[in-house]
Amino acid sequence: MENESLKNLAIKELLLQLADDDFIHAYRGSEWLGLAPHIEEDVASSSIAQDTMGHAVIYYKLLEEIGEGTADWLAHDRQAHERRNAIILEAANGPGHYMKDPDYDWAFAVVRNYFYTQAKAIRIQSLQSSSYAPLAEVAQKVQMELYYHLMHWKVWFVQLLGSGHKEAVSRMKTAIEKTLPDFAGIFSLGQFGEEMVEQGLIEGEAAIQKKWIDAVTPIFESVGVATTFEIGMEKGDGRNGVHTEDLKTALDTLSEVYASDKAASW
Amino acid sequence: MSTVLINADEIYKLLEDVKDPEIDTVSILDLGMVEDVTVTGPDVTVQMLPTFLGCPALSIIQKNVERALKQHPIVRNVSVEFLRAPSWTSDRITEKGKAGLKAFGISPPPKQMKKDGSWHIDCPYCESTFVTMENIFGPTACRSILYCKACKNPFEAMKPMIKMI
Repeated sequence: MENESLKNLAIKELLLQLADDDFIHAYRGSEWLGLAPHIEEDVASSSIAQDTMGHAVIYYKLLEEIGEGTADWLAHDRQAHERRNAIILEAANGPGHYMKDPDYDWAFAVVRNYFYTQAKAIRIQSLQSSSYAPLAEVAQKVQMELYYHLMHWKVWFVQLLGSGHKEAVSRMKTAIEKTLPDFAGIFSLGQFGEEMVEQGLIEGEAAIQKKWIDAVTPIFESVGVATTFEIGMEKGDGRNGVHTEDLKTALDTLSEVYASDKAASW
Repeated sequence: MSTVLINADEIYKLLEDVKDPEIDTVSILDLGMVEDVTVTGPDVTVQMLPTFLGCPALSIIQKNVERALKQHPIVRNVSVEFLRAPSWTSDRITEKGKAGLKAFGISPPPKQMKKDGSWHIDCPYCESTFVTMENIFGPTACRSILYCKACKNPFEAMKPMIKMI
């Protein structure tokens, strides 16, 4: 009985992590709409953000099915401290606001998007053999779509970091230095991580992180850039509800319409 | 009193009239989105597969299915379910569906990808093979934007969605 409830808790926590990661990541992606470096990129990155939001929705629906609240409520009505996304994904795109003087950093977008999408691909690979059947089914579908996302961000990453252009390379390196110190938050499974692994829901943190390093190392090598992968969790573990002001601001913005009339039918 | 039964074939016939909301030359049947139809007395359940999870047209398609099936004189309740499995793949599109896409100016997805993930399709207007990929992403998640260097038309193509690995 107790084991069963612990297992259910682990399933719920994992689903929240997956949903909240994709949700805030898609939101940050959507803020680039109209601001991407050129029109084809505007189309591509918006399409990816929209599809990623679809991935968040499918995880929220899995939560809905096990009685954790409606997908809309889960997406819009939980406070920052109730969110489980990794902190690196909530970080603002740059100074300013998308409606006024956005001074967003495309290098940071490319680095974060590539790093996260690669991590997501490895996670999705692992989830395909999850003992929780609904998740394994979803993972297979997500994997097929993710193929295109990963290819896209890998191309940008290699093109900019390997361009030999002084400003591009320097900004990419700065973005990498900004991303890695908090990137362990992506691999963290939070306080119920052991239970998740024991129940066969997903592989362990260390295994997934190692596969990620193995996947990105040849990409760094291909452009002749060395990195030591000093991956940390400096700002804390988002899986346990620790977040920054950036998440609060984002939630206030994205739930503004929802909050104006929670009973409205759209 | 006689019991009038609904034949599943009648339901499939009605579903032929439900088109992709943006591509009115292709039905959801020909897109391979309908996995199963179950008739229980006057109630019909249609099990469907989403093409892309992030596709905003899914709820529109759901409403259109409900509306189409309620035209049947005996149908009482219509329930549309989107399944998690099996995954929709682009090889589910029928030959008729491919012709419908082409008529709309959209190249049907290629049957296969090369080992490196690249794929090739021809211009839906002039059949030329002299085309370039402008953007692998397009106006919807399932489409890409290409350009034909022979007839100088931009066109779209359905992305291949194939189980890899």
